[in-house]
Amino acid sequence: MEEFIEVKDVYFQYEGTEGEDSSAFALNGVNMTINKGEFVAIVGHNGSGKSTLAKHFNSIYLPTTGDIFVDGINTKDDDRLFEIRKKVGLVLQNPDNQIVAGIVEEDVAFGCENIGIPSKEIRIRVDNALKAVDMYDYRTHSPDKLSGGQKQRIAIAGIIAMEPECIVLDEPTAMLDPQGRDEVIHTITELNRNMGITIILITHYMEEAVLADRVIVMDSGNVLTSGTPKEVFAQVELLKQRRLDVPQATELIYKLAGCGFELPKCVLNEEECVQALIKYCSLQKKNG
Amino acid sequence: MPGKSFIHKMDARAKILLLIVYIVFIFLCYNFISLAVMTAFTVLVIALTKISFIKYLKSLKVILVIIILTGILNLFYGSGEVLWEWWMIKLTTGGISNYFFVIIRISILMMVSSALTYTTSPTDLTDAIERLLKPLSFFHVQVHEIAMMMTIALRFIPVLLEETDKIMNAQKARGADMESGNIFQRVKALIPVLIPLFVSSFRRANDLAMAMECRCYNGGKNRTRMKILHYSVTDLIALVFSAVMFVGVILCNLYFPNFV
Ligand SMILES: Nc1ncnc2c1ncn2[C@@H]1O[C@H](COP(=O)(O)OP(=O)(O)OP(=O)(O)O)[C@@H](O)[C@H]1O
Ligand SMILES: [Mg+2]
Repeated sequence: MEEFIEVKDVYFQYEGTEGEDSSAFALNGVNMTINKGEFVAIVGHNGSGKSTLAKHFNSIYLPTTGDIFVDGINTKDDDRLFEIRKKVGLVLQNPDNQIVAGIVEEDVAFGCENIGIPSKEIRIRVDNALKAVDMYDYRTHSPDKLSGGQKQRIAIAGIIAMEPECIVLDEPTAMLDPQGRDEVIHTITELNRNMGITIILITHYMEEAVLADRVIVMDSGNVLTSGTPKEVFAQVELLKQRRLDVPQATELIYKLAGCGFELPKCVLNEEECVQALIKYCSLQKKNG
Repeated sequence: MPGKSFIHKMDARAKILLLIVYIVFIFLCYNFISLAVMTAFTVLVIALTKISFIKYLKSLKVILVIIILTGILNLFYGSGEVLWEWWMIKLTTGGISNYFFVIIRISILMMVSSALTYTTSPTDLTDAIERLLKPLSFFHVQVHEIAMMMTIALRFIPVLLEETDKIMNAQKARGADMESGNIFQRVKALIPVLIPLFVSSFRRANDLAMAMECRCYNGGKNRTRMKILHYSVTDLIALVFSAVMFVGVILCNLYFPNFV
């Protein structure tokens, strides 16, 4: 697999924070690689440095020490800044202050206009992006009158329309209702599968993290552990210790196993959970 | 206000240019007859926008003070035949006609300007202004930056108004008293509202700048636009109509010079 983003020994300290010890740094020696076409989920407790890291991926922040390479370009390379930002689209955490224009469709077009796409092409891309997030009917509305979740979708559409190679989403579903969350996650997985766009999804919902190819767990500015969802969520103890959740199904099976039932080590979703329980029950029946 | 009327369809640049010429001509009206021509044209424009006349009357609220003030001034400085007199105040024929002349001028000016803002989206307006000011960039005027500032200001004015309201309510909930006391006490009571408002505005500005950077904003270099403004037959028709009116005004001024 081809490497797309490489994070090498990155330390980052916000301006205005004092001190040399590790607590003064928002990022404390992060190392990771993200491959082309991969779907990666990043989880971690509040203040663990997820958003800070996300802003490093498209060169909004530069590492205090260490380097980040995007498709081989160092993010510190000032001359190729826009090349990096064209490749990596970042949807920020708070949708309220992300909307620039006074009309929904104009805002979605903003990024495309900046990178010099021809007018006709922008029109097509904007319409498709708005349909992808199910906001096409609102295209001529004013963003002020939209709900938080709707604003979040507009922000996502604005990045999708730019057609980057990689999309980083910082808690895109935090403000959405369950149905809206499903829709956005569906859109994201679709982009990943059908168009081969690399996705980095930052989230607090473990049910979403399970859908990724790989899960990275952050803790106090460090990578705590990473691996396939199965590998990561098998470490229930470790995650619980760090104030993190596991999917409900995983937790149920884990607890049952803890009570002495012979069950598989890790299940990720309800379906697997049901299967495991059925298998267990039928086994019990056979044994009498 | 969205709509599909003749005026809505006009190019924003054409509307702005015609409005400027219109304003010049309002001040070139020397007598009631040329003013009547302008008024007729104004009524025609308003009718064409298909927006209720009540809306336009409401837009006159802003100039209510001016209407009253000119009225009072004309009571003191009127000339011509005196109809009624008391102390320094006198009602004169000249004063009355002068008064009506002024307020009709201001009112139709307001209404036509409202017709522009009612029928043009803010983005189209800023876009048109950017295009019209483009030649000034030759003199190193930062035209794109000005237009961007207008866009953002238009976007955030309602947001900040709402926020002011929220903060005021929050301070009231903490027992702040904003509606009583003399002027100094009231101004002082505003400080706990203004400080959070400033802080949050700076935070918003910071966030917005970051969001714009994320979307490759680089100060308008090589920027394209989704919607391109273009002149059409509609604008040509509007131009012809306006030209007829302007010629009418000039002729009325010439033929009825002393008909105030
Ligand atoms: N603008 C800033 N200035 C100074 N310190 C900051 C700033 N933004 C974040 N921090 C600090 O950096 C650390 C990491 O913050 P970050 O926003 O990356 O966390 P996060 O993992 O995204 O949390 P959340 O789940 O709440 O979004 C925190 O300790 C925070 O206090
Ligand atoms: Mg965050």
